[in-house]
Amino acid sequence: MATIFIDNAPRQANPKQNLLHACLSLGYDLPYFCWHPALGSVGACRQCAVKQFRNERDTTGKLVMACMTPVAEGTRISIADPEATVFRATVIQGLMQNHPHDCPVCDEGGECHLQDMTVMTGHRSRVYSLGKRTFRNQYLGPLVNHEMNRCIQCQRCVRFYREYAGGRDLNAFHLRDSIYYGRHEDGVLESEFSGNLVEICPTGVFTDATLKRHYTRKWDLQMAPSICVHCGLGCNTTAGERYGSLRRILNRYNREVNGYFLCDRGRFGYEFAESSRRIRYPLLNNEAATKSEALERFGAVLREGTVIGIGSPRASLEANFALRTLVGSDRFFAGIPDKDLHLLSIMLRILRDGPARSASLDEAEHSDAVLVLGEDVTNVAPVMALRLRQSVRQAPMRIADGLHIPEWLDHAVREVVQDAKGPLFIASPYATKLDDIATTTYRAAPDDLARLGFAVAHSIDATTPEVAGLSSELETMIAEISAALLGAKRPLIVSGTSCRSPRVIEAAAQIAWALRKAGRPANLSFTTPECNSFGLALMEPQPLSEAFRSIQGESVSTLIVLENDLFRRAPASEMTALLSGVQHLVVLDHLVNATTEASELVLPAGTFAESNGTLVNSEGRAQRFFQVLDPSTDVQESQRWLREGSVAAGFNNQAQWQTLDDLITAMAAEITAFGALPMVAPSRSAAGKIAREPNRYSGRTAMFANISVHEPKPPDDPDSALAFSMESGPEAAPSSLTPFFWAPGWNSIQAVNKFQSEVGGPLRTGDPGVRLIEPSQESGWQYFTAIPPQFKAQPGEWLLVPIFHIFGSEELSRHAQGIAQLLPHPYVALNPVEASLLGAKAGEQIKVAVEGALFELEVALRADLPRGVAGLPTGLPPLDGVMLPAFCKLAPTGAELSARGAS
Amino acid sequence: MEKPLTGNFRADKEAVSLAEYERAGGYQGLRTALHMAPADVTELVKKSNLRGRGGAGFPTGMKWSFVPMGKDAPHPKYLVANADEMEPGTFKDRALMERDPHQLIEGMIVSAYAIDADIGYIFLRGEYERSYERLARAIAEAEARNYLGHNILGSGYSLILHLHMSAGRYICGEETALLNALEGKRAHPRTKPPFPQVSGLWGKPTIVQNVETLCNVHHIVNKGPEWFHGLSKTEDGGTKIYGVSGKVKRPGLWELPMGTPMREILEDHAGGMREGLRFRGVLPGGASTDFLVEEHLDTPMDYGNVQKAGSRLGTGTMVVLDDQTCPVGMVWNLEHFFAQESCGWCTPCWSGLAWTEKILFAMEQGKGSTRDLDTLAFQTKFLAPGNTFCAFAPGAVEPLQSALKYFADDFRRHIDEQRCPWRQ
Repeated sequence: MATIFIDNAPRQANPKQNLLHACLSLGYDLPYFCWHPALGSVGACRQCAVKQFRNERDTTGKLVMACMTPVAEGTRISIADPEATVFRATVIQGLMQNHPHDCPVCDEGGECHLQDMTVMTGHRSRVYSLGKRTFRNQYLGPLVNHEMNRCIQCQRCVRFYREYAGGRDLNAFHLRDSIYYGRHEDGVLESEFSGNLVEICPTGVFTDATLKRHYTRKWDLQMAPSICVHCGLGCNTTAGERYGSLRRILNRYNREVNGYFLCDRGRFGYEFAESSRRIRYPLLNNEAATKSEALERFGAVLREGTVIGIGSPRASLEANFALRTLVGSDRFFAGIPDKDLHLLSIMLRILRDGPARSASLDEAEHSDAVLVLGEDVTNVAPVMALRLRQSVRQAPMRIADGLHIPEWLDHAVREVVQDAKGPLFIASPYATKLDDIATTTYRAAPDDLARLGFAVAHSIDATTPEVAGLSSELETMIAEISAALLGAKRPLIVSGTSCRSPRVIEAAAQIAWALRKAGRPANLSFTTPECNSFGLALMEPQPLSEAFRSIQGESVSTLIVLENDLFRRAPASEMTALLSGVQHLVVLDHLVNATTEASELVLPAGTFAESNGTLVNSEGRAQRFFQVLDPSTDVQESQRWLREGSVAAGFNNQAQWQTLDDLITAMAAEITAFGALPMVAPSRSAAGKIAREPNRYSGRTAMFANISVHEPKPPDDPDSALAFSMESGPEAAPSSLTPFFWAPGWNSIQAVNKFQSEVGGPLRTGDPGVRLIEPSQESGWQYFTAIPPQFKAQPGEWLLVPIFHIFGSEELSRHAQGIAQLLPHPYVALNPVEASLLGAKAGEQIKVAVEGALFELEVALRADLPRGVAGLPTGLPPLDGVMLPAFCKLAPTGAELSARGAS
Repeated sequence: MEKPLTGNFRADKEAVSLAEYERAGGYQGLRTALHMAPADVTELVKKSNLRGRGGAGFPTGMKWSFVPMGKDAPHPKYLVANADEMEPGTFKDRALMERDPHQLIEGMIVSAYAIDADIGYIFLRGEYERSYERLARAIAEAEARNYLGHNILGSGYSLILHLHMSAGRYICGEETALLNALEGKRAHPRTKPPFPQVSGLWGKPTIVQNVETLCNVHHIVNKGPEWFHGLSKTEDGGTKIYGVSGKVKRPGLWELPMGTPMREILEDHAGGMREGLRFRGVLPGGASTDFLVEEHLDTPMDYGNVQKAGSRLGTGTMVVLDDQTCPVGMVWNLEHFFAQESCGWCTPCWSGLAWTEKILFAMEQGKGSTRDLDTLAFQTKFLAPGNTFCAFAPGAVEPLQSALKYFADDFRRHIDEQRCPWRQ
């Protein structure tokens, strides 16, 4: 640390930072626009000017831009200097010249960085009286709204979109005071991260188009800390509510997980909770029922004969545990195919028994050599892709270092680094969006991807089994990959369940372990398909096939399905037959689906917004989300339904669970892996009262005056220190319970500065979440020895691999109103060479026979698919029950093709 | 008087051919240089005190000495001729390129040799089509003679020279914006430091030099720094191509000793004001320099003396204001140009110039107010060096700040009479 003097006060600052960063970290209010902790400095807006003095005798000083000036021992600056103060107010005056001053009708109003900075500089009255430039706005799709007249030309949008996130279809056009930030023509923004423009834009140019449809000011939102449920990464979010409906999702900074950015599925997927398919009251034989009728029936069917339960990888630990307790651990089954449970178990075993640890996303970003094995990261775990995109900047940073260009001097770094990129190798069944920054790509069938992985491991450690029969080209690639991984300081291997291949996962582990053995601190990042996949697997449920067996064998009278559409877990024909063997089917879920439609009793289960619970992400980090919606409706969290049902049945195994903390304590006591769960967030009694509503929350006494003029008592929250009210205790909320980022003078999302131990660093009370999985210290692990044979294309048969779509492959977000407009149509992807052998052309229909089902699908040509491999968009109805990869047969629509294959 | 830069110009304004150029001693400087160590060439240029002719006047040899040399130096290194001559009132580089293209090419090869550059670019103003044709031909000729290309004249030194025509915009004349444009990026200036000498084109060491500067280099190598000093009337070495535009009798360009007094250029060479017009002021070095007036006419036109008088030598091409032209209108015209050409990167520039331009326009329309004068004066301070990202805006307000001083009465009349007194 260096001692610097700010307005003559000695302060400690990090010499690796610039003065703006240091001043903000030290708590000074120094206004800025173009700088962002994740984007660095470019010196464009000139807003952070301070006076710098050569030494203590220098009384004249000169204006410098704090963001462009490094911290150095003895640096003397003044923020309060009159000349600097006037300059900063004048910059705001300039920025405001063309600004429409339309705050009252602007969606950003009340959480606008431009408003905050304007007030901060003291620029109050308008002198400029001449014309303003105006623009035509663009249609940018259903997620992001465009209002260019408000633009202050800070450049942040294009810097984030292009330079940081790798997007190409947003750019800066024209010049002078009329730079236009937009697309070359109207159209949906192509980046999976476009929603971050809403937060990165300091004013209302880019705003949340989904919020606009049901708009509420930030100050009128009731908010709670939440966790994204749309993939396995567990990005931290802030959910906002008003009038009983969910209004929007904002990023909730967690340095270790999502940092400053979310993907569009995570930001806009929340609308599923307001979808027309939403189940808002109990259904008894498809008729609306009251809560007491529902519980009465639930209690009755629970008492009747054998009861089994099927859990869910998208339900919380608490909900799954409540079901497990209700039916007993031997009758608690995984809500996923055996194969998927097996994959999760392998990954958990690898991360617990092997020497390589799972990387946090922050660690993934700071890796300096990465191998992706079998994953389409952008579509499966989008924010990981955004992080990996930064990882290729790690290795070339030494070029800048050599010229003493500090890392934060963003454009200078980019100019000297140019196209140099650190090693990133992508081996996947088809081309992915990260390929544009990859050193080398390799496209092959899952077995061949595993073989590549095992061969890389062998090349790093010759004691691992050798892979025979590799081409010389592949040998060269393998040598290149292993050399880069061995040469790295922080190598990372990324893999996961996307290929549904145990061998691919084992091969990834093999490489990491070989690197560990060679003394390199290699980490592993696995993707998991759903938000609580690891949580479910850690509960060690019985395999789903066993549930099927018991239904077919003995007479199961009642099956309880927890937050799970079983028709996505097996082909529809099998599932229908199976469910007909159950006397009573009870389903707890959020949206109407094939499973709820088949059930006798449907209980409206709270989504993440109506529930409290814990999810274990793909890093193995347990994180808690908290209820944001008023609980006084029929919708309640699954664990409450299950507990109330068991009480109604007269069981007493859950009766004592009055609160969330009771349940968590019980879970921690019963399952060893969950021993640390009570530490994920402070218990209700351990934290002071925390308001979900901001100080300026309006209409508290008037919102429901049309129903009753008596102000209702705020609903009680037995589960957490968070209150459905504006009243807070005197203490600051701990990071895991922070319902929103807001600080005096900092109304926008950038108020997060005030919640971090240093700007861009960990949150003050630590980044939320507790890692449940750590590698064992024992050295008893063994290399894997099962190497699959080379994939051979069979004539007349294709291996259908799953193709992932950020919008479409995930079950819930598909029903969000905005995202629903962006879903792909079902298709089958073929290599053009093979398509021509079949006589199939792009856009034409073709018959696909797979796993006993027959589909007619549109042909999409993808030259990147390996020979003998075809692709199917996974998770997309009507294909969502097809368990991929699987071999298929194809035939033109005119030809005969039965579900069993060509005749 | 010796005129190394323009001495070979043909009276018919055609380009000096390669044969003519060689006959007049062309490419001798290159041959001499190739027998010297690169560092010795730089040393000669340093001794000559050749200062940049593009406007800033930075010592050329010193600039070159920042380029990393030797075995470990990054390659390719680049030499870029800044031929984006877009300063209003400036047309000296155009003459050099159209009429003696080989002179620039030879100057570039010698300069490139001095910094061990591998690739050269001529970044040419988009409208200079004739220069483009003549340079393209001259480059082809030079390549054919092995003055350019691989293993130049058997020396072991190689240089590839590209001619690049700009897509337009004044800011491309700013050396780092030029580099961005050359890389196909938006032409906004780059952060300095790092300077282009260290991290320039495509992140590699790069020297960007004005055309006129480069044209001097091989002459210095040929004839020595003492000769170069002897050309000048002041401590800044060499000759200077001075230009005069405006309502003088004979607008044009003249190569004269550095430090020739302004009066001599205006009266002896440009022939003084046209009949019936009186001199009111002059922008001595192009549109982005401060006005000088009658009292400054005896100022020697070199870097130091013009600065002492309160302006800058700039490009040395003068724009003359007469008494029948409205100074407010002229300044509006200039600020309109600069406001249009602001790259939009930094707030003071894009906001300040737009505001300034609009006020001046309103004044010309008879809608000025006293408060506007305060705003104008304030903006000239706001757009001071250091406050903005690059030197563009500080230069842009130089004619305004001096006009407010020297032509205060004219501004006052616009406001008091609510009209432009020069308009009928």
